[in-house]
Amino acid sequence: MQLQSMYQDIILDHYRNPHGRGLREPFEAEVHHVNPTCGDEVTLRVHLDGDTIADVSYEGMGCSISQASVSAMYDLVIGRSVPEALETGEHFMTLMQSKGDPAAAEKLEDELEDAVAFAGVSKYPARIKCALMSWMALKDASARALSVTHPTTPTGGQGA
Amino acid sequence: MTQTVSRPAGGAHRPPLPLDVEAIRADFPILSRTVRDGKRLVYLDSGATSQKPRSVLDAERDFYENHNAAPHRGAHQLAEEATGLYEAARARIADFIGAAVEEVVFTRNTTDAVNTVAYALSNAATAKEPSFRRYAVGQGDEIVVTEMEHHANLVPWQQLCERTGATLRWLGLTDDGRLDLSDLGTVVNERTKLVAVTQQSNILGTINPLEPIVARAREVGALVLVDGAQSVPHQPVDVAALGADFLVFSGHKMLGPTGVGVLWGRYDVLDALPPFLTGGSMIEVVRMEGSTFMPPPQRFEAGVPMTAQVVGLGAAVDYLQGLGMDRVQAHEEALTAYALEQLQAVPGVTVIGPPDTVARGGAVSFTVEGIHPHDVGQVLDDLGIAVRVGHHCAWPVVRRYGVPATTRATFYVHTGYDDVDALVEGVRSAQRFFGVTPEEATA
Repeated sequence: MQLQSMYQDIILDHYRNPHGRGLREPFEAEVHHVNPTCGDEVTLRVHLDGDTIADVSYEGMGCSISQASVSAMYDLVIGRSVPEALETGEHFMTLMQSKGDPAAAEKLEDELEDAVAFAGVSKYPARIKCALMSWMALKDASARALSVTHPTTPTGGQGA
Repeated sequence: MTQTVSRPAGGAHRPPLPLDVEAIRADFPILSRTVRDGKRLVYLDSGATSQKPRSVLDAERDFYENHNAAPHRGAHQLAEEATGLYEAARARIADFIGAAVEEVVFTRNTTDAVNTVAYALSNAATAKEPSFRRYAVGQGDEIVVTEMEHHANLVPWQQLCERTGATLRWLGLTDDGRLDLSDLGTVVNERTKLVAVTQQSNILGTINPLEPIVARAREVGALVLVDGAQSVPHQPVDVAALGADFLVFSGHKMLGPTGVGVLWGRYDVLDALPPFLTGGSMIEVVRMEGSTFMPPPQRFEAGVPMTAQVVGLGAAVDYLQGLGMDRVQAHEEALTAYALEQLQAVPGVTVIGPPDTVARGGAVSFTVEGIHPHDVGQVLDDLGIAVRVGHHCAWPVVRRYGVPATTRATFYVHTGYDDVDALVEGVRSAQRFFGVTPEEATA
């Protein structure tokens, strides 16, 4: 049975007991992303303190992979600067493109912490979008939040 | 008939199936492969696309190996043969739905066929030739659809309304998965230009009563388009009995190749419509100043057509006629009755759509309490069972029933009770894997 490689216990724990779930105030930007192939949705807010991500709050519905992914992302990005968080997102993207290569997962273990458990998802092309949806929403929301708090910085700019 | 019965359910209703499943399976090469580490392929996704019997594959291959040429062009022997095979397939497909041969237009698929009509209606508004303006749609006109439509029979009508200023109206759904016809008399009215309705829902399985809708449309002079994407492959359909103006369906859902679909239209209606796509094949006379067009069906078949695919669809129709569409329907009805009974006996499983086989086809959608459909599908896939998960290109339908998505099993001629048993056992397996097995007592 291949299922365990995808549904690691860490993923199922995040799914059953999501971290940081719920929409909270204050926030500078709110985005709504959907996965048009399956109808999964996430509403995600970002609150910045300077360049630092002070809070990410979210509501959503979707499969275990999409819901666990946003929970693991929450743990990774709180307290980091926007560029750092987006870099972590790039690492996660690399993991998702690794087609289940264990070497890729090993290399990213330090950067991705719990989120490295999603390595098994990269073997299933149809599920990669589920895992990536929240990261796409974060990228979008943090760019919008920056454009509110740093009006002269171009959208998605370098922040610092 | 041999049925591999691994797990006879207590008291289950399993009458002998009308079709010889083992013999039919031997005709489908893909069913002999394995998936996910040696599992037997349990293909329950024919509603998305059907698998192809060897005779269809052979017909396409034979066309390319021995007769390939562009039909309706050239005078060489291959062109003659290609034209002959293309038109012979048209005649067989016309016969399959009880239509006249000149009323059958080949399109890419159902979506393409719906768009051909939708664009003809807006092109009619600006047509130079008065004979093409009869069915023009514009401001003040209304197009009627239903909340049950898949996106292919909804979005093109939304777009037609946006292009022309017409208004889109729709018939709603009842809680038990049927069309709500209580306001048919007001929704379809003297402003209605066209009513587009599915004959069989791709997600609920519901078979719609078309007679009252067609009758009401006739009273007000509206055209009727029937979406047969899920009905023509699974039940006998006769266009004379339908009484509609258009019937659209896809070849790939009825054992035929991808890339070919059918727009059937009443000849006098087709003849009064301007073309959607223009170019080669569909013209009569071309001058630099302007062109005139062929009569139907050629008027709606611009460019070199999907010739090998049409020939393949002809072979698919032969295969289905060999089985008999009455028996195909009876076969799926028996499987559907069994699947509904077995699935509804699993605690935590809720069927979305009619709970019995009254006016119902073989699309069985369901939810499993506590498990998202994607995760159900993943566990089933791991067991070699292919189902569809998601909103099934009918987003308003799943929204209407308050679920984000469903798991859907669809049946066809090669489906047996063993496939349904595998599905039901797979659902129980998903419940065990995710640790959400409700008490049997709550069933």
